[in-house]
Amino acid sequence: MHDGVFGEGRLVRWTLIALAIGFLVLFLVLPLLAVFSEALRRGAAAFFAAFDDADTQAAIRLTLLVAAIAVPLNLVFGLSAAWAISKFEFPGKSVLISLIDLPFSVSPVVSGLVYVLLFGAKGLLGPLVDDWDFKIIFAVPGIVLATIFVTFPFIAREVIPLMQEQGTADEEAALTLGASGFRTFLTVTLPNVRWALLYGVLLCNARAMGEFGAVSVVSGHIRGLTNTMPLQVEILYNEYNFVAAFAVASLLAGLALVTLGAKSLLEWRHGDALSPARRH
Amino acid sequence: MSNRRSFLSALAIAAGIMGAAAFARAQTPPDVVLTNVSYDPTRELYRALNDAFAKQWQANTGQKVTIRTSHGGSGKQARSVIDGLEADVVTLALAGDIDAIARESKRLPANWQSRLPNNASPYTSTIVFVVRKGNPKAIRDWPDLAKEGVSVVTPNPKTSGGARWNYLAAWAYELDRTRSEKEGGDPATARKFVEAVYRNVPVLDSGARGSTTTFAQRAVGDVLVAWENEAFLALQEFGADKFEIVVPSFSILAEPPVSLVDAVVDKRGTRKVAEAYLDFLYTPAAQKIIARNFYRPIKPEAADPADLARFPKIRLVTIDQAFGGWTKAQAEHFADGGTFDQIYKPGGKAVTR
Amino acid sequence: MSTAVLRGWTPSLAKPSVLPGFGITFGFAVSYLSLIVLIPLAVLVWRASALGIDGIWQVATTPRVLAALRVSFFISAAAALVNVVFGAIVAWVLVRYDFPGKRILDAAVDLPFALPTAVAGIALAALYATNGWIGALFAPWGIKIAFTPLGIFIALVFIGLPFVVRTVQPVLQDFEREVEEASATLGAGRGQTVFRVVLPALVPALLTGGALAFARAVGEYGSVIFIAGNMPFVSEIAPLLIVTRLEEFDYAGASAIATVMLVISFAALLVINSIQAFGRRRFGHA
Repeated sequence: MHDGVFGEGRLVRWTLIALAIGFLVLFLVLPLLAVFSEALRRGAAAFFAAFDDADTQAAIRLTLLVAAIAVPLNLVFGLSAAWAISKFEFPGKSVLISLIDLPFSVSPVVSGLVYVLLFGAKGLLGPLVDDWDFKIIFAVPGIVLATIFVTFPFIAREVIPLMQEQGTADEEAALTLGASGFRTFLTVTLPNVRWALLYGVLLCNARAMGEFGAVSVVSGHIRGLTNTMPLQVEILYNEYNFVAAFAVASLLAGLALVTLGAKSLLEWRHGDALSPARRH
Repeated sequence: MSNRRSFLSALAIAAGIMGAAAFARAQTPPDVVLTNVSYDPTRELYRALNDAFAKQWQANTGQKVTIRTSHGGSGKQARSVIDGLEADVVTLALAGDIDAIARESKRLPANWQSRLPNNASPYTSTIVFVVRKGNPKAIRDWPDLAKEGVSVVTPNPKTSGGARWNYLAAWAYELDRTRSEKEGGDPATARKFVEAVYRNVPVLDSGARGSTTTFAQRAVGDVLVAWENEAFLALQEFGADKFEIVVPSFSILAEPPVSLVDAVVDKRGTRKVAEAYLDFLYTPAAQKIIARNFYRPIKPEAADPADLARFPKIRLVTIDQAFGGWTKAQAEHFADGGTFDQIYKPGGKAVTR
Repeated sequence: MSTAVLRGWTPSLAKPSVLPGFGITFGFAVSYLSLIVLIPLAVLVWRASALGIDGIWQVATTPRVLAALRVSFFISAAAALVNVVFGAIVAWVLVRYDFPGKRILDAAVDLPFALPTAVAGIALAALYATNGWIGALFAPWGIKIAFTPLGIFIALVFIGLPFVVRTVQPVLQDFEREVEEASATLGAGRGQTVFRVVLPALVPALLTGGALAFARAVGEYGSVIFIAGNMPFVSEIAPLLIVTRLEEFDYAGASAIATVMLVISFAALLVINSIQAFGRRRFGHA
């Protein structure tokens, strides 16, 4: 704390703190409290009853499945791209990095729309997909694709700056000692970025489980089949089943809190091992 | 040595158990899943019907059937099915939508409507109004919807089946009113009337349930034009102390039909169950559930009289009588460039409270 | 071992390096990127281009689309502005001061990143409805928040909150206190020092954060549709209009609006990048 001649004075300081706390409480804490409060409005029994519903259970399973596919795939991609970008010099590197960030700036609705245009029955590859009798849109593969799209950059952008900062010295040393490329990657590179990787996986997972707009466009909203948890929340809400809607929402909010907690832990304990942008 | 022996015996026991389970399983038929693509307000109805059917089917055949439903505006659902949404059965809001599926995707025959009784409609409904308690804007009948300063909530005819019934009911009212001036009513006056009504519409939701939410929850509008069953449900969910149902003097008989999607049930091997499911809708047990959920059963004798007494008496006209059938009505009013496109100019004044 | 044996095979694209694996990692990364991101986006543009530039322009300039873009644009800008002001305050407070609960609040700032948009949507709708905790406070004055443009504003402030705070925090952290002290020893009052010395150095970060918040808000869907009235010309956001067109199976219309939104997003990205480049040149950091 900066007391003394160069400080702001206590009044200013506490006013600013009050403003900041007020702003954060109003916009962050209250909505969170509202979720749990509404979920428990009719008591704990009603809260737990919400999860007895088969459709809700299916939604939870589907959400977990989608995340279990999207996150590892984006992980492999993130590491691949980071290796290519940080250990080698090639033209167009910054273009590649910007392209990786692209899904961030695309509206979730558009993210879903692009897959409908590609794989829907009237889409570019629609007739082909039909021939193979493989359902993409209005089925789980479409949901997985849309989720991969929106969570695409999360892991890459945590790992790339860090690996760029770390350079190639460690890997070159390992190679001169006789390790193969892959062995070097596993035993030298990965441990160097493990906390940033975990950080990225956390964010990627949170978004993968919580994505709404993109999935809403490609799903067929078939209860028990193609509804993820966020979609199920919407359905319950539209059926006036507010307690159940908020009960499922509270599960997702709980996941968000766990994500935040794990994130903070990583930042405090291993902050210097994270991407340069994260160190604060 | 003994390790190997105990391992082998464990393996044998496991194999024995699995064999017994497989044998037992082979005696009961495998579980089957049906997908029912339905229109927006039928969520509660089909939850009850699906439960009852599953119980009955399990009792009769020992097979476990799970019915998954999807709900949304009828037009939107139809186009999803055409686009590849895999439905074993469709239970939509109007025949025109199932006709479209037959025509565009060829997944069911053109004569689908004659395969089940009553034009393949196990239940009917009609269109009524919901207003706020006390009816502050004194809405009594159709002409009041076109009055200056009245805000009307109705869904989007491009996506919702209920919306199209609403539109045609308004049109039919005016045709009926002018039938003494001209044979079959004056279409020009009808068009002016419907145009005036839609000038009062601030927002078009994609389905009937969306409109109910907009009216009841978001407190938009003075009057909701809705399915009769939605009206009753809104009163039940939001409280009869908040809203009232206003029964107009005249309305249209809405016949939401059901059908198998032949291509899908044959591919998935679910024809038997799907046919039984649709037949079930006509049984007394189902008709009772239908009446309880505010839909008009076609076999009223099977329903609880108390449930039947709730339905108001209205003078009804059918789509065939007033418009010559859905194919004609759809082409004239709701196709691209039809009368709806010509008269609807978004941006009606919203009255929220 | 000679370095020749150690030299990994790198195609002529990359400068030669001892490290192996460029081919496979670069190839996989680019293929994955193309399949998941580039090709689908290209299909969107191709689909929209079937209408021709005129067609897209026509769709984009129909009154309803213009109104939706206006709603999205202006409310996002207003929300971004609020976030810039309050985000700066929050960042300042978190970096410079200590108070009980600071660590928890610091962690909480990232909540909009972690919380699913649909959950945020229904929570905000419940809070600001006329019978909600906050909505009830305003109801006696006849002020409605939920289901009006005001509701959209609240949702977009929530969504953009972390962007400004997280962009400004590292800059503020790295800011050299000696400069402030020098300013004070030269006779400047505290206010002068803050507004004339510290703030200008934060401007690039503030602008970047604001632009990021704006870009995110324009495309936001899940947290807005529950609390917006969704009434055309009043509280209908552009992403909702895309979904409506999609539900009407007007693919061309949906693609046209989506393309317009893509262009806006890219423009915002360009602005952000140039601000960051400017900041780097001027102050040595983003």
